[in-house]
Amino acid sequence: MDAPPHANRTHSNDALFAYTLRLGDNCLVLAQRLSAWVGHAPALEEDIAVANVALDMVGQAQLWLALAADLEGQGRNADDLAYGRDAGAFRNLLLVEQPNGDYAKTLMRQFLFDAWHHPMLVALAASSETRIAEIAAKAAKEAAYHLTRSRDLVVSLGDGTGESHDRMQAALATLWPYTGEMVLADPVDEALAVTGAAPDLATLAAIWSDAVGATLTEATLVRPADGYAQRGGKQGVHSEHLGYMLAEMQFVQRAYPGGTW
Amino acid sequence: MVVTGALPSTETVWTWLADVPDPEIPVLSLVDLGVIRDVVWHGDTLAVTLTPTYSGCPATGVIQFEVEQALRRHGIDRLELKRQLSPPWTTDWITPRGRAALKAYGIAPPGSTACPRCGSKTITEISRFGSTPCKAQYRCGDCLEPFDLFKCH
Ligand SMILES: [Zn+2]
Repeated sequence: MDAPPHANRTHSNDALFAYTLRLGDNCLVLAQRLSAWVGHAPALEEDIAVANVALDMVGQAQLWLALAADLEGQGRNADDLAYGRDAGAFRNLLLVEQPNGDYAKTLMRQFLFDAWHHPMLVALAASSETRIAEIAAKAAKEAAYHLTRSRDLVVSLGDGTGESHDRMQAALATLWPYTGEMVLADPVDEALAVTGAAPDLATLAAIWSDAVGATLTEATLVRPADGYAQRGGKQGVHSEHLGYMLAEMQFVQRAYPGGTW
Repeated sequence: MVVTGALPSTETVWTWLADVPDPEIPVLSLVDLGVIRDVVWHGDTLAVTLTPTYSGCPATGVIQFEVEQALRRHGIDRLELKRQLSPPWTTDWITPRGRAALKAYGIAPPGSTACPRCGSKTITEISRFGSTPCKAQYRCGDCLEPFDLFKCH
């Protein structure tokens, strides 16, 4: 039996809110992680690159979180969502909240994310939800640039010196368990895939796996076996790292609520 | 000042906007950058539609402010600024005049494969990212000068 139109619309908005929050939180959390390298990156070019990628991701986070706030309809705005939620209310992937580690780990995290983020945004640019499609089409152009950079660096460092190779391989081993979550669908993903608002994650899984596999081979890195996939980020169950990161990121707004300058 | 009953034509407004420089690359006007998407009168309210270059470009807010300031200076009191994301901004929208201005300023225009200073085709990428989100850093193999290249986007 069909649900009444109103109930249907409400349910759909809840799922859309949850989904756009995930997209925004991925960008926000990764941007915050990357920002910590500004002034500390191993080369000037990398310092500039990492700052630019972070800037793109802050911009994308603003667009997604503004849309999420609008869909939620509770009078919150993008800043409220960024600075006013505790870790348990964040919906980002576990991968992006993992600590920076050495530069090898930061780059590998970026590549594993970009290789998912770019095809995801390309697919979302065809979303049945116009507002999602518009943001995704804009962000996809930026993500393509991010992916080119992180892919090239994984190849040159993986196939570089003995030390750079070993560091990249170690980073890959540490991060691999956090990648499964990106392509494992939950009820929110499924609800949006049914209406054409979001892509089928099984299709994304194949694209990601092929692209990552080809790059790792070129980088002379060994692809880890698919073991237990850490998950929970999309549902708000995070590693302990996120809380510490948010404590720093949200400090000013928590200490001086609504403060502006 | 705008005289009641005699609103300036949208063509006139476009010429005003063509005098507003981009805050990060001032040799380029906002019209030449391609970020002004539409100028239209709704009754006696002027609606100007802007599109951002990059999602996180810090100049976006400044650009809005500059447009508002410029139009108020020309006596536009009733103004509505709108943001439009779709279709996303592309460097294809930089006008021929804008491309020439970039080159004269020492920035290789998007798609260029030559040094803006000496015209040499022997150029190498130093960094894919530059001083602003829209530029990459290159070096000329002949005159040996480093230069910015406006990335195709
Ligand atoms: Zn030259």
